[in-house]
Amino acid sequence: MGKSKNDIWVGLFVLVGLVAVLFLSLQSANLLSLNWQKTYHVSANFDNIGGLKRQAAVKSAGVVVGRVESITFDDKTFQAKVDLALDERFAFPKDSSLKILTSGLLGEQYIGIEAGSDAANLVAGDKIQATQSAVVLENLISQFLYNKASDAPSKP
Amino acid sequence: MQKFLSMLERLGQWARSELKAMGHAARLFAVLIMSFWSNVRRSNLVRDQIHFLGNYSLAIISVSGLFVGFVLGLQGYYTLQRYGSSSALGLLVALSLVRELGPVVSALLFAGRAGTSLTAEIGLMKAGEQLSAMDMMAVDPVQRILAPRFWGGVIALPILSAVFSALGIVGGWIVGVVMIGVDSGSFWGQMQGGVDVWADVGNGVIKSIVFAFTVTFVALYQGNEAQPTPEGVSKATTKTVVMASLAVLALDFVLTALMFSI
Repeated sequence: MGKSKNDIWVGLFVLVGLVAVLFLSLQSANLLSLNWQKTYHVSANFDNIGGLKRQAAVKSAGVVVGRVESITFDDKTFQAKVDLALDERFAFPKDSSLKILTSGLLGEQYIGIEAGSDAANLVAGDKIQATQSAVVLENLISQFLYNKASDAPSKP
Repeated sequence: MQKFLSMLERLGQWARSELKAMGHAARLFAVLIMSFWSNVRRSNLVRDQIHFLGNYSLAIISVSGLFVGFVLGLQGYYTLQRYGSSSALGLLVALSLVRELGPVVSALLFAGRAGTSLTAEIGLMKAGEQLSAMDMMAVDPVQRILAPRFWGGVIALPILSAVFSALGIVGGWIVGVVMIGVDSGSFWGQMQGGVDVWADVGNGVIKSIVFAFTVTFVALYQGNEAQPTPEGVSKATTKTVVMASLAVLALDFVLTALMFSI
């Protein structure tokens, strides 16, 4: 296998390709900071998750502290069971509460976690009791109309 | 009745010749795939082809990637700022490049830049009876001429696609952040929040590998099947661009439907 000047150029070419793949996976997809962090899993039941999706953010005070790992349906309680993977660096009290929120008016939905006051912290496998469902626009509107209707007769 | 029979005969002939061509193509493809190990042993031939197909395409791929990124930055910003979400520009640029434009546009450019030269080269070798001469000397032209070109193209195109996507994102960054003034933090932050390494970048790489096999094979097959005349070679070169482009776009639809339809 003779050596030739092409070797250098082809080596350079492959190197450029590797740099490009590294750039794509590190800078644009953030491989290091998300996937390699250790997490612990907790679950919670929601009456209605609205448009929550897998991989949605879990935020506390606006900072991303975890991801939604999986969403399943529990046919015993007829609730949605959501598994969360929380970053191991952050600990939350056992009585923390979850809320499904929307970023912006039409943005995607995420879970907001509000710290409670319990002395003990959540550990892997715990179930968070206090949850608040997503706000469904149709329910809001029907509630509003219902209130309007009940207001109407009082006026002469 | 006679007319009907002759029509039936023509239909049969057409079906048989199509089937024969498909069989030829499939056999050539199988031989090329099987030649992987013998090409590992003769890697200097493959290296020269990567140099010819890859390095020389790097300039057109880089410049196109950069300009596609520029345009995506401008057009994306124009649309997004109407909805007050210009901070998602980075995500838009990165997702459209990594999932679609990177693999597809670089495959189309590769078909034009490298595929045509492969077809013309092999077609002319055939017209000059160089391939027959090799056959006479008991050197298999498929192994000696076609296979190194095949593997060279298959290796070169995914690398070019990655370069295209990366430079496209840089282009979007130049227009969006440096020239228009989108916030740099939200540009990269939204991108990193929305682009998944395996689902987006990984599937883009798989796409570009599939396109590499397709484009290189179409180019080699057309060269190998070309009529050994000047018109034959020119027809084969045209066919390479048309068929490779159509195959890439059709396969892109199929792959997208398979990968991202959840």
